[in-house]
Amino acid sequence: MAENVAVVGRETRRRVRVRLFGDRVFNLVTLGLAAIVLILLFALAIALIVDAMPAIRKFGFSFLVTSDWDPVNDLYGALPFIYGTAVSSAIALAIAVPLSLGVALCLSEMAPDWLSRRLGFLVDLLAAIPSVVYGLWAIFVLGPWLRDYVESFLGTYLGFLPIFAGPKVAVGMFSAGVVLAIMVIPYISSVCTDVFRVVPPTQREAALALGATKWEMVRMAVLPYGLSGIIGAIILGLGRALGETIAVAMVIGNSPQISASLFAPAATLASVIANEFAEATSDLYVSSLIALGLVLLGLGIVLNVIARLLVAAVARQRFDSSR
Amino acid sequence: MAGTVYKESSHAFRKFKSDFMMAVTVAATIVTLIPLFLVLGYLVFKGATSLNWAFFTHMPTPVGEKGGGMANAIVGTFEVVGIACLIGVPIGIGAGLFLAEHRLGRFADTVRFCADVMMGVPSIVVGIFAYAVLVHPMGRFSTLAGSVALAIIMIPLVTRTTEEMIILVPHELREAALALGVPQWKTSLSVIVRTALSGIATGVILAIARIAGETAPLLFTAFGNRFWSTSLVQPIATLTVQVYTYAISPFPDWQRQAWAGALVLTVIVLALELGVRWVTRAPAKAAR
Repeated sequence: MAENVAVVGRETRRRVRVRLFGDRVFNLVTLGLAAIVLILLFALAIALIVDAMPAIRKFGFSFLVTSDWDPVNDLYGALPFIYGTAVSSAIALAIAVPLSLGVALCLSEMAPDWLSRRLGFLVDLLAAIPSVVYGLWAIFVLGPWLRDYVESFLGTYLGFLPIFAGPKVAVGMFSAGVVLAIMVIPYISSVCTDVFRVVPPTQREAALALGATKWEMVRMAVLPYGLSGIIGAIILGLGRALGETIAVAMVIGNSPQISASLFAPAATLASVIANEFAEATSDLYVSSLIALGLVLLGLGIVLNVIARLLVAAVARQRFDSSR
Repeated sequence: MAGTVYKESSHAFRKFKSDFMMAVTVAATIVTLIPLFLVLGYLVFKGATSLNWAFFTHMPTPVGEKGGGMANAIVGTFEVVGIACLIGVPIGIGAGLFLAEHRLGRFADTVRFCADVMMGVPSIVVGIFAYAVLVHPMGRFSTLAGSVALAIIMIPLVTRTTEEMIILVPHELREAALALGVPQWKTSLSVIVRTALSGIATGVILAIARIAGETAPLLFTAFGNRFWSTSLVQPIATLTVQVYTYAISPFPDWQRQAWAGALVLTVIVLALELGVRWVTRAPAKAAR
């Protein structure tokens, strides 16, 4: 009898050991895979910093503020590209933000549920189309159309402003900004729609009970409540616009110059990397392009973190008020 | 009180203003959707007229020679994306599983944060990274470098959707399995993951749709190839890069083929997106 118990006990202990061993292996494996995600991000940053070092050492901080980009004489300055990225993203946001807010309000406040789902799906499809396809369409359709109608209209009536002066061309900063706008709208509007949907019904009902019209309800209850989420969505869209490469490279004209006119060709951080990286000859040239990538990486990370904190703040607000 | 705030506005005016603003939101939605229909319309119109059987079966021809196709680029896209999946899917699902099972740990928080940050890294920067760690040391562009770049883009997407899908699995299922004496690892794999499998698969397919349309990270990793690529350490042609090269070329015949390539590419990507939504019916949003 006693022997039997001992055998069973040994057997059980063996099983438990095997099981604990299996659990430990499983935990270690998933831990390792999760660690890869962490390591990748650090490896990304370190690899870029190391490879950008020659350029950083040679030019120092002035890399960011000089505007010569002269591969022939091996002189590199990032200013034209920082300017191009800033202006093309600004154009994109100027167009995309009002439209995205309109879309988000229409989906969350106006459309009945069945319609809202279908429209939301169509807007999401805009984000699914590959950017090279947008670029192709922009080269052959959008760019020429903008030149013939929008740019000539702006030039005729607002041509006294330097930003709308100068020759109208199909490839330039303005075309790039418009394509970017189309590409970031789905991102901004989908976050905004989600933010508006978490505004508590009590807030809306309170406004309506005070006699507010629908629009007044939106202005008094929905927009203020979702404000930090809206700003987060815009910053998220900005992050997308900064990093978008191929569509911009195809329509911006790729010229490293700073011009007052929005219609003139320009180049962005991402577009110049796409265009020149594979052909870069000298080591300093490659290193300078990687330094541009490092600027892009830094901007991308900072904007993303800020945006996520802001959007998360709205969710927390809802959690607090529901208690 | 309301009377003092809106002294100047009669009721009729306020009503009109409200209706007007609401009409503006509808107009914004319509304006936003116009480019979608224009892009798809032009693709079908220009792409379909340029598409023929040779496009799928023939190799690219030299400049000036008419005809030819993108057979190698179509196969190349499947190859690069397939290898990216082999690398990215196990890592993504494993990391997502870890995050879901250790929701509150500090390490898990850090990993989750890193995954979110990685989604904000521009894809061209990922291309530079793959160049720096694979192309530069090996001395040549390669299929492997392109796949690694795409895998890095894919990993955070898969990680976050896997985590979200696993969290949705009711706790009682796990408790029931553990109470029956099933080891923890077996519970995770054959109960939890299995229950969440369709959601995880949705996330993976959406991530595939996303990387299949990427061009920037492939420009100086997979690079492009006018011939069949027979090895992992050779450059390889892909649809996206081929469309890019042809679109910015000055030759009408290449531009015509760019439209055809863009149509094929879009059909592949949209088929994945629509297929997955149609099968699951739940509007699962890829984490952004």
